[in-house]
Amino acid sequence: MSKQRTAATVNGDPVEFLSDPGQTLLDVLRDELHLTGSKEGCGSGDCGACSVIMDGRLVCSCLVLAAEVEGCRVETIEGLSTGSTLHPLQQKFLDHAALQCGFCTPGILMASKALLDANPDPTESEARYWLAGNLCRCTGYDKIIKAVLDTAAELRQDRKSA
Amino acid sequence: MNKPVKPEDTGAILKVVGTRPIRPDGVEKVTGRAAYGADLHLPGMLIGKVKRSPHAHARIISIDTRKALALPGVKAVMTSADMPDLAAEHYEAGESASNLKDLSANVMARGKVLYHGHAVAAVAATSNAIADQALDLIDIVYETLPHVIDVEEAMAPDAPILHDHMFTAGLGETPTNASNIATKHRLDRGDLAAGFASADVIVETRYSSAAVHQGYIEPHACVASYAADGQTQVWSSSQGHFVIRGLCAKLLKLRFSDVRVIPAEIGGGFGGKTTVYLEPLALVLSQKSGHPVKMVMTREEVFRATGPTSASVVTVKMGAKTDGTITAAQVDLKFQAGAFAGSPVGAAVMTSLACYDVANFEVTGWDVVTNSPKVAAYRAPGAPNAALGVECAVDELAEKLGMDPMAIREKNAVRDGVRAPYGPVYKNIGYVETLEAIKSHPHMAIPLGPNQGRGIAAGFWFNIGGESTVNVSINEDGTAIVSTGSPDIGGSRASMAMMAAEVLGIGVEQVRPIVADTASIGFSTVTGGSRTTFATGMAVVQAAEKLVIDLKRRAAETWGVEIDQVVWQEGAAHCLQAGKAPKGSLTLAALAGSAGKTGGPIATVVALNAQGAGPGFGVHVCDVEVDPETGQVTVLRYTAAQDVGKAIHPAYVEGQIQGGVAQGIGWALNEEYVFSTGGIMENAGFLDYRVPVASDLPMIDAIMVEVPNPAHPYGAKGVGEVPIVPPLAALAIAVRHATGVRMHDLPLSPSKIRAAIDANAR
Repeated sequence: MSKQRTAATVNGDPVEFLSDPGQTLLDVLRDELHLTGSKEGCGSGDCGACSVIMDGRLVCSCLVLAAEVEGCRVETIEGLSTGSTLHPLQQKFLDHAALQCGFCTPGILMASKALLDANPDPTESEARYWLAGNLCRCTGYDKIIKAVLDTAAELRQDRKSA
Repeated sequence: MNKPVKPEDTGAILKVVGTRPIRPDGVEKVTGRAAYGADLHLPGMLIGKVKRSPHAHARIISIDTRKALALPGVKAVMTSADMPDLAAEHYEAGESASNLKDLSANVMARGKVLYHGHAVAAVAATSNAIADQALDLIDIVYETLPHVIDVEEAMAPDAPILHDHMFTAGLGETPTNASNIATKHRLDRGDLAAGFASADVIVETRYSSAAVHQGYIEPHACVASYAADGQTQVWSSSQGHFVIRGLCAKLLKLRFSDVRVIPAEIGGGFGGKTTVYLEPLALVLSQKSGHPVKMVMTREEVFRATGPTSASVVTVKMGAKTDGTITAAQVDLKFQAGAFAGSPVGAAVMTSLACYDVANFEVTGWDVVTNSPKVAAYRAPGAPNAALGVECAVDELAEKLGMDPMAIREKNAVRDGVRAPYGPVYKNIGYVETLEAIKSHPHMAIPLGPNQGRGIAAGFWFNIGGESTVNVSINEDGTAIVSTGSPDIGGSRASMAMMAAEVLGIGVEQVRPIVADTASIGFSTVTGGSRTTFATGMAVVQAAEKLVIDLKRRAAETWGVEIDQVVWQEGAAHCLQAGKAPKGSLTLAALAGSAGKTGGPIATVVALNAQGAGPGFGVHVCDVEVDPETGQVTVLRYTAAQDVGKAIHPAYVEGQIQGGVAQGIGWALNEEYVFSTGGIMENAGFLDYRVPVASDLPMIDAIMVEVPNPAHPYGAKGVGEVPIVPPLAALAIAVRHATGVRMHDLPLSPSKIRAAIDANAR
């Protein structure tokens, strides 16, 4: 069982790695590339803690085989901020106290980014259904939804004034 | 003018406490940098994995590990033969005591396996794949035994017996036959028969709830490194690294000073991370292999071998006068403990009637072992199960009396001066205020439509204090470090920094709070029992106050005045004596910069055992709509009021309330352990064990009632546990009023509700 070589772009940087046929993108992100911000909560695509964006599409990295990302652009939580400037979602999550233990937070932030990329003006219901694949056991989602909707409003305002 | 600046004097002008600053550990967590249990990587580190029982109950005839050990890449294999065979000994671990013999047999089966998923052996290998292969190469011969999981079946005289040496305690005499009933608990007062005789109306009812898991999103994870000289380091995500140290040392007969436990960030605990599962195994594997060993559970292992809380059956008989006065209450609580004794039924007994001033009562509780994972603490352990039965019974009583559900609770509410059913006399409690907050809330005036119902329920939790150590030091530039031994699950570092900033008179951003490891600070028990903001917070305030006294002394010496001529305000010493201080004041930064000339470093430690935690009460109201065709329940709106004493960081207090409510809604509507006839959990994953997702819930309105606790410098009471107590009953009552049928068995799944609606229509 020989390892396979894969080349991809992660957070804008070119990466190359070797993986076993059974290894997932999450395994490679965490164990080979040392990007441990993406979390494994279930390994079966049910909790969303490993959410990343792959060629613009929100995926559970535990359900993507590492070799599948050949030539793809992968965005993880480590690439969400710009240098030391937080992404507006990150800032609003802090402002709204939208995290407690923080374990689901990277996945929820990536899922929220994918939501706002696709829909800049989500209703509360749309945000709740979009994030239904990301479990949070601490917050009851209340402050998370408020943070996402508040970010969306701020980004719309920024676009209007730009 | 020269009176000391005590927090109670500044109560009206708090500058930091009660505000909502950004948490100090926030940026790490939104950027993915925070390091949880599974995120550490050490050179030469091996992967450890556990071989688990395929049977619910079986005798272990033999274990052959030779083939596994011979596999290239396998560095160690262990079984219970590699751990000391301990005598029964109780070890206090914060919220609950552990029996070390049972705990040892739970982390690694000895002689028998007692549930499907019970650990039987473990391996350490150079890769995940090799470790998996090695597990398959371990040959275990079992003799299967009949099993029992249902709590009432386990109590039957002909039930399969889990422990031949277990004889029911609490019966007054030692029985001759072994039983699955570990202990009978009893609490009573007054004359029960007379109480019922004086009642005009009596209800008798029964409610059950299924086993549910804490459901923290981070699976258990640790790294252990055992060095040749016996010095051991453990990185672990837990609710109390000192308890991890104590349990590892006790289970493996190590010196406490040789075990250094470093707290990783914890990805949720809810009580379930107050004990050990992997840490002792990783230590043994590390010792045997000479390498650091990382162990991380899969989600399936988390469900099969950790947590959950008890399935329970609660029967209630309650009598009342026509004016609503409850004259007698009889409550019986049967709790599933899992494989070893120690369900939270004792707490359930004590909390069951804690909201009611009842003259005559008798509460019994049964702690029953079953062939399922040993239960672990889960947020207000035992109280939600008990409240389900009692609150629903009160609703039934109100219905029978034609009385408003709020009015019957007000009529019988406990108040200051009333002796709690569990013993002490209530002081400074805010139950009536909390009832009032719901009664006057706009939620109560919202009209309900067809198929909609409203449920009201109350809940109680003791809250605890306990042992904490805190170290506060002032840096050379006047900023501060607050070190505690209390893991931060939900924002406690923020509240610690805020309380220190308040006393020192500096900005919260000038205070850096950290959670120190077991070798860097004195003992602190688990973050549990809603104790950290109260108890560790009290230590933080006392430490900061000690520093203020020290700072005033240094300023007094600098100015050549008596210390009573110095006051501390706004982060500076001010001289009351004219002409003595050139600038009139000395800032914290100035004092810190010249500390070498005034006695050396500015630092102090406070170690205490906090007393006087104020009990917490909550009252919840929820509206549901039930689809009569499918039986599906939609939660339309939810309002939860709670006496929090004083909210140090209100946003995180709201968060505790909202999170507890969400877990309670899951418990009420969706969550349950489903076992096959063979005793195997059939839904050991988040697809089939369905915790609430964002689209299941409405916004949760958290109302903070503040009746201060005088034992805490700022009046804080514990807040984390009360909010999970009322929802089970609130949902069941709301469904009753939406459908016209009383649902007696949780979870309130669509199929059950539909069947009940159909049966009612016939």
